[in-house]
Amino acid sequence: MAKSYEEIAHRIRQGKAVVLTKEEFLKAVDEQGVDRAAETVDVVTTATFGAMCSSGAFLNFGHADPPIKMSRVWLNGVPAYGGLAAVDAYLGATEQSELDPTYGGAHVIEELVAGKRVRLRAVSQGTDCYPRREVETWVSLREVNQAYLFNPRNAYQNYAAATNGSDRTIYTYMGTLLPRYGNVTYSTAGQLSPLLNDPYYRTIGVGTRVFLGGAQGYVAWEGTQHNPAVKRTDQGVPLGGAGTLALIGNLKEMSREYLRAAVFHRYGVTLYVGVGVPIPVLDQDLAAQLAIRDKDILTSVYDYGVPVRSRPALAQVSYAELRSGAVTLQGRRVPTAPLSSLAKARRIAALLREEVRAGRFALNPPVQPLPATTPFRPLTIRQAEGEE
Amino acid sequence: MIKKRIVITFPPGLAEKPLTYHLVKDFDLVINILFARISPEEEGKLVLEIGNSSEEQVERGLAFLRENGAQVEPLSREITWNEAECIHCGACTAVCRPQALALNPESWELSFDQDRCIVCEQCVTACPLGILRVSF
Ligand code: SF4
Ligand code: SF4
Repeated sequence: MAKSYEEIAHRIRQGKAVVLTKEEFLKAVDEQGVDRAAETVDVVTTATFGAMCSSGAFLNFGHADPPIKMSRVWLNGVPAYGGLAAVDAYLGATEQSELDPTYGGAHVIEELVAGKRVRLRAVSQGTDCYPRREVETWVSLREVNQAYLFNPRNAYQNYAAATNGSDRTIYTYMGTLLPRYGNVTYSTAGQLSPLLNDPYYRTIGVGTRVFLGGAQGYVAWEGTQHNPAVKRTDQGVPLGGAGTLALIGNLKEMSREYLRAAVFHRYGVTLYVGVGVPIPVLDQDLAAQLAIRDKDILTSVYDYGVPVRSRPALAQVSYAELRSGAVTLQGRRVPTAPLSSLAKARRIAALLREEVRAGRFALNPPVQPLPATTPFRPLTIRQAEGEE
Repeated sequence: MIKKRIVITFPPGLAEKPLTYHLVKDFDLVINILFARISPEEEGKLVLEIGNSSEEQVERGLAFLRENGAQVEPLSREITWNEAECIHCGACTAVCRPQALALNPESWELSFDQDRCIVCEQCVTACPLGILRVSF
């Protein structure tokens, strides 16, 4: 029997809705079977807390007197993009301070969210209508007009695991990879991860309300590099990076608990972002997808010691194996380590369960589905404009 | 008879010399290798426990290492973990051979067992939050 969004919303209003975290749902499936769980459970909450480089914030600072058309902007010494209207800027999470490469946009975002003031500096050519050529002041989240996180790519649906077959330690966005296949790192929440629980994007699309960094945010668009057409298992689980989400949400409502600046040694700055999505159990099919487990989710292990785009895949492993602490690579047991926090993801899923139960976090159908087929193109290096 | 833990750092190139062999053979030291990271083109690191040897023997052995260009320090440094700031991502566990840093397989929260730590310092740069530090 299918349920509609309205029916679920009604049950939530009556206080009768059964809302479970993904892990609780798996227990319900163990006890009742998928078919029965599809009937008895209304909403399942999913979450992830991982490093998401493609993140950043739009800020509007308000006008000074006399006003300035900010063309170059710095926040705590980190350049922000000012090629927008006079006092708008975009601060990218991975942008590094010109003075200290271990401090970047993500740190400024974290400090803002923590309620601190940051140093704003901007320069301009000066125009007739915006005569000021330089401004230096301090701003906080409370004092700016708008501040919203707009992350072009978050919540990757599955992601490859990394190892290093070279003779030296390498420092990557997948962490420190020890030489001669010394370790394997992986970076998704596995069975708890939002897009792995709705692999064909039936309930997650443009306009879907999500938990973002501690606030309610929205899916704004397909994420960059959204690549739904990758190979999938029979259950629909993509075998590598596939769908992605562009997310938007009010930075002023976010918390440091779910938004943290990070530095990957010799790689750069990034932002750990907490994302949660409640998924309505609309029918048996969706329930079956939601019943996916770490053992059913496969990914490939790539050798990051090979510096080319098409790195060789060394093995295909399940998240159950990755979580077990070691996988077998070329006949040897290699220790594994996660990079995204399952403990935090669980906390988000539990928080979201309470919010949905209490009727404070409403579920709505997507305004527009995400594309189900978008090719993912590489960048071709051309010597001339007309070259194929 | 004394027992001490020392950290030996080799410049690249020195790794090929069988230094520990000499310590045992020529200086008659009883050693236990707690940690070794040696590769030809990188700086090497050895953490040794020296036991059942006289103070004088140990000093002579260590002087021999220094003469050969190795840096010898007592294992007096320790790693501090700012637990309150930890996000329990697990990135540090990827480099911690002795499993002093480990994620609990139930809660997936990090724990740090100081006694297992050999102060190899690999976790210091591996932690993306910079909350694992060496203190003296
Ligand atoms: S220094 Fe860090 S990586 Fe090395 S043993 Fe101690 S805790 Fe583990
Ligand atoms: S890498 Fe740092 S933040 Fe992550 S679990 Fe280890 S100590 Fe905590």
